[in-house]
Amino acid sequence: MTVWGYRLPALSSLILWALLWEVVGRLEFTFFIPPFSEVLVTLVALLPTKAFLGALWTTAYAFWAGVFFAIVIGIPVGILMGKSRILDELLLPWVNIFLSAPLTALVPVLMVLFGFGTKTVIITTALFAIWIIILNARAGVRQINRSLVEMARSFGASPLDAFFKVYFWAALPEILGGVRIGVIRAVKGVIIGQLLISIVGFGALFELYSSKFLMAEFWAVLIVLFGLAFVLSEFLAYLERKVSYYAASR
Amino acid sequence: MSQIKPDARSTVSATDIAVSVRNVSKVYGDVQALKDLSLDFPRGELTSLLGPSGCGKTTLLKIIAGLLPATSGQIEVNGKTVTGPGPDRSFVFQDFALLPWASVIRNVAFGLELRGVAKSEREAIAEKYIREVGLAGFEKKYPHQLSGGMRQRVGLARALSVDAQVLLLDEPFSAVDEQTRRKFQEDLLQLVQNEKKTFIFVTHSIEEAVYVSDQIAILLPRPSRVSEIIRPSSFRDKGVDNIRRDPEYLDIVDRIWASLRSYVE
Ligand SMILES: Nc1ncnc2c1ncn2[C@@H]1O[C@H](COP(=O)(O)OP(=O)(O)OP(=O)(O)O)[C@@H](O)[C@H]1O
Ligand SMILES: [Mg+2]
Repeated sequence: MTVWGYRLPALSSLILWALLWEVVGRLEFTFFIPPFSEVLVTLVALLPTKAFLGALWTTAYAFWAGVFFAIVIGIPVGILMGKSRILDELLLPWVNIFLSAPLTALVPVLMVLFGFGTKTVIITTALFAIWIIILNARAGVRQINRSLVEMARSFGASPLDAFFKVYFWAALPEILGGVRIGVIRAVKGVIIGQLLISIVGFGALFELYSSKFLMAEFWAVLIVLFGLAFVLSEFLAYLERKVSYYAASR
Repeated sequence: MSQIKPDARSTVSATDIAVSVRNVSKVYGDVQALKDLSLDFPRGELTSLLGPSGCGKTTLLKIIAGLLPATSGQIEVNGKTVTGPGPDRSFVFQDFALLPWASVIRNVAFGLELRGVAKSEREAIAEKYIREVGLAGFEKKYPHQLSGGMRQRVGLARALSVDAQVLLLDEPFSAVDEQTRRKFQEDLLQLVQNEKKTFIFVTHSIEEAVYVSDQIAILLPRPSRVSEIIRPSSFRDKGVDNIRRDPEYLDIVDRIWASLRSYVE
């Protein structure tokens, strides 16, 4: 964006929105929107509190555990589906159904099955992330240049070698793309899981703040979450760009 | 003058046959690509497979490589029946088939890596062949930083580094410009002399086939059989610069063109 010939740094438009927020907050339209400055002050005060750090820790733990399972299960399953016709026909309809299904509706079922705790949040997170990871890994493997596969075979590659030295790397740009979208969905999964269970992590915090009308705290936590999700997604996009140089030349 | 025979098998004794194709047929669904094809490849020589597009040259090469099963018939390499890929054969791919995420040296050493050769050992071997194909100094580069001709040299070095007795080359020079191609042809002749390996070489170019081959097998269009085997004899030792002016060379080129032109319409 350029204004009067000056190039503004990325995200500078956010300042405009923050100002707007401040103005709306000062006008005291509604208790629901406190001024932005107040939210910021609350945020700084909130960050070192035990409640916040505890929630952050619980959430981060559930999030990374969910993402971990989604990745270590999703990538091999996707690659196998891309390599095996039978497996593909067996699993693809399910993957597609779950990809577009309203998974939120499943959370109550998971609560009954796995209890009202972190375990359910982890599973919810994994369920949000895994399907797109599978689909992308599958797509990545299916576009592998056939002669790369034949090359590996002609030099006597074992199936394991072919998997780890050729298929995985050849599909890596797509796999990373899937992981990036999967991680973004996992952020939704972990928050939705916690909100529905509402006694762990940020879910419990949100529940507390909204029931006591602590709006500044509510927004502060939300800003932190949005910020974390954004940084995560940018980091993965950066990784993706690092391998994309060879995506075109495969 | 030239020896031109419909069947060259009588000229070389059985022990000098590196690869022998016996009554091989290949059917893809309802397409019969190869029909009852028999052909011998003398050890230490370069044999070209020449024929119109779609006649089954790649199919035959991949069957010899063990990458495709034959519908019937069999292939013998050094007297052993082929059942799959093996360390006695290596393949040079038309589209190079390099790992884009790996450096030149890792690509060249990849065949050895898959065979479990230790890193220092395989890199030493790879370096030797990188030098041999004229890529010294490019060891740390990646395929996307190389020209098409250089990439093909990497593919060639990889095939050479596993020290297979039989090299299978599928139109290896089709993606490079004419000057590079001529240089490659000269290098290939040198290589056949130095390496004492059996080369099986697929090409579309009549001139190229005659220039580099000890034996040329002309394939008929589908279902493909060997229609003719030509063994140029007199110009091979006259030096690379004189071959293209040699009367026998020109004769054979004309002769092959005469027999193939009826299929190009
Ligand atoms: N996987 C396949 N499935 C079905 N048909 C095939 C397959 N591969 C090759 N064919 C058919 O077999 C025939 C021979 O193909 P092949 O690729 O061996 O020809 P080629 O001589 O190498 O041709 P070119 O000179 O154009 O490379 C062709 O008619 C092709 O359509
Ligand atoms: Mg071909």
